[in-house]
Amino acid sequence: MSQAADLPLWAAIVVSAFLVLGAALALIGTIGFSRLPTFYERLHAPTLGTSWGTGGVVMASMIYFTVVGGRPVFHEILIGIFVTVTTPVTLMLLAQAALHRDRAEGDPNVPPSISAAPSDEGADVSSK
Amino acid sequence: MSAAILYWALTAAHVMLAIAMALCVRRMIRGPRAQDRVLALDALYVVSMLLLLTFGIGSGRTIYFEAALIIGVLGFVATVALAKFLMRGEVIE
Repeated sequence: MSQAADLPLWAAIVVSAFLVLGAALALIGTIGFSRLPTFYERLHAPTLGTSWGTGGVVMASMIYFTVVGGRPVFHEILIGIFVTVTTPVTLMLLAQAALHRDRAEGDPNVPPSISAAPSDEGADVSSK
Repeated sequence: MSAAILYWALTAAHVMLAIAMALCVRRMIRGPRAQDRVLALDALYVVSMLLLLTFGIGSGRTIYFEAALIIGVLGFVATVALAKFLMRGEVIE
């Protein structure tokens, strides 16, 4: 907080707005994650924190260090790019693993596997 | 004036992110199935990364940025390995 005193007012307001926006969106995402009823609904909630939560905090950090240091500072954007690229991969893998486990247990709430259905249809078509 | 605005915004962000981490831990403890716990760990990694970035703004040092970058990379690897384990029962086939 030592350099914050010589920060211009507009920069302080912009940095604070992005900080509160990012933290609030991360909090809303985890509230949804903790309250939604099924796993497939819960899967979507924390992405609020990984998209605009990370975006807001990274923007605030970039603006703050750019204004304080007096030179452009963009290395925080590495975190933003990395989180944006990797989140869909992890969520897809987790959803596939959960679907595999539910199907293996015979849960009636999940749809059947696509690879099983066309082989039956193909057998019907070839027999006609 | 600007120092006061930034101080209160940082305090609010710290409190909100701490509540978010507590909610993730609650889901990790309660989570009915293993995939809920893995997803809670992933969300916990992301929120702790955001908390380190806000610490970096508060202290004005760049060392917190490097810690946040490492947490981002390792969180991705950990979640992918755990998802693979849930799917196949082993990580390296």
